[in-house]
Amino acid sequence: MPRIIFIEHDGTEHEIEAQSGLSLMNAAVDNLVPGIDADCGGECSCATCHVVVRDAWMAKVGKPNDREESMLDLNPERQDNSRLSCQVAVSDELDGLTVDVPEFQM
Amino acid sequence: MSEAIDTTPQEASSTPAMPPIRTYQPEDVAKVALDAHFGPARPEIFQADAILPYFARMREEAPLHYTADSDFGAYWSVTRYEDIMAIDTDHETFSSEGGITVGTPDDDFRLPMFIAMDPPRHDEQRKVVSPVVGPRNLAAMESTIRERAGDILDSLPRGETFNWVDLVSIEQTTQMLATLFDFPWEDRSKLTRWSDVATAAPGTLVANEEERRAELLECLEYFVGLWNERVNLPEPGNDLISMLAHGEATKNMEPMEYLGNLILLIVGGNDTTRNTISASVLALNENPDQFAKLRANPGLIPNMVSETIRWQTPLAHMRRTANRDVEMHGQTIKKGDKVVMWYVSGNRDPEQFENPNAYLIDRPNARQHMAFGFGLHRCMGNRLAELQLKVVWEEILKRFDKIEVVGEAERSYSSFVRGYTNLPVRLPA
Ligand code: HEM
Ligand code: FES
Repeated sequence: MPRIIFIEHDGTEHEIEAQSGLSLMNAAVDNLVPGIDADCGGECSCATCHVVVRDAWMAKVGKPNDREESMLDLNPERQDNSRLSCQVAVSDELDGLTVDVPEFQM
Repeated sequence: MSEAIDTTPQEASSTPAMPPIRTYQPEDVAKVALDAHFGPARPEIFQADAILPYFARMREEAPLHYTADSDFGAYWSVTRYEDIMAIDTDHETFSSEGGITVGTPDDDFRLPMFIAMDPPRHDEQRKVVSPVVGPRNLAAMESTIRERAGDILDSLPRGETFNWVDLVSIEQTTQMLATLFDFPWEDRSKLTRWSDVATAAPGTLVANEEERRAELLECLEYFVGLWNERVNLPEPGNDLISMLAHGEATKNMEPMEYLGNLILLIVGGNDTTRNTISASVLALNENPDQFAKLRANPGLIPNMVSETIRWQTPLAHMRRTANRDVEMHGQTIKKGDKVVMWYVSGNRDPEQFENPNAYLIDRPNARQHMAFGFGLHRCMGNRLAELQLKVVWEEILKRFDKIEVVGEAERSYSSFVRGYTNLPVRLPA
């Protein structure tokens, strides 16, 4: 199973094994990674599953679609590499993916 | 805006006819015909706290229901969690521009506010003010909130009955708003008044629509004064008014637009949180086992707050207007029709929440309640509301083992704001 590394704001690392096909959000929540609220349960409609993808991974993870973009854009603290983790599907290609969990979910 | 502003409405035409005030006559809900004459947007049912059984039937038998005639005209009602989510997140089909409550706003006194705008204007205006209620700013404000909450609680009478709504819920949220606006402290009760007047049914707090408008224009004048004081300061303050006065997207707002956005922030930040604070005391009294659980484990406070917001659903609905014909549940919502999303019903949908009418402070998916809406218009102040509730309860648990509700709660006459006017309580002497 692909390994995913979530890094909290204070630097704490959480390395988890995630099942391919699941969303990054589900993988985080199932493994009790703190800082991902996911209030809408993965519907791309709350923006509380925000993560920031490390540069090296951006090409493989890809850009948000329009709908995700408009939700992300509500967050004044979004960054270029911001993604909503419920909209990213885990795959073997993403083995080793490293993302930062922001200090706050909006 | 620094020029003198004429605050008389352009066409102070005749006051529109307002729906009469009604009293709920209890009936056998199972026998009510869910036909086109039936509709849940009846303030008297909400005031009598009798609405939930109607929604339970609608979710089962008429998940998309059309009311042809009502005090608020014709409208569709959507009552299942899943359907509400689908509509709330489809802003292209379901527009907010026509107004966001079941009652249509009056043409000659329409207050433009971003809650009732579609992109791109909505996004631009929201971005200007959202940082002030964002988590980063809130973290900085938490100690002030805590101190003020403590002062309010310390000043409460012991061993005698008082109205929790007035002495705690209103005071707490009013002080919070005054802080956000950097509003003159001694005048802060005006904020409460304006918030109440903005959503009041004529005949309740104000005698008629004309009086309501007059008070809101007073509100505008007051805030224009604050704007003018702050717009030319070299260093913009970190308060909401300064942000509006200096923000690219908002600094050229028309007076009515300014008023609209103020009312949005005042009502958004006031009624809703106030009614949640009251609801938490009521729900924990009705469920003493949950109160005991909370006292034993204050770490449950954040989840208790979410569960209270679900249970109360301080805004019972939001409304959209269809931009095109839409098929749903075998019926056609026509372009231009009003569609009401009953959050209060979605939050009691057994498909989403197991045992939905139970108040369970450790409910695992309490955070997935829809009381803040979903999609682009999702509540901007949600973190502020949660923080206030959390701090109030942390401070309560430090002080009192018991808050006893000693009489019937009295509820607001509204099918939009789901709240309380009176909650008689007593603290041990
Ligand atoms: C428990 C408390 C609260 C509840 C239940 C609540 C509920 C809501 C709901 C249902 C919406 C509309 C969502 C939609 O149309 O999809 C909304 C929007 C909004 N709320 Fe709240 N609210 C609360 C507290 C606050 C506070 C404290 C503020 C403070 C400033 C606030 C400011 C706003 C604003 C500005 C909007 C408009 C957002 C937009 O259109 O983008 N709310 N709220
Ligand atoms: S979980 Fe709500 S947007 Fe991802």
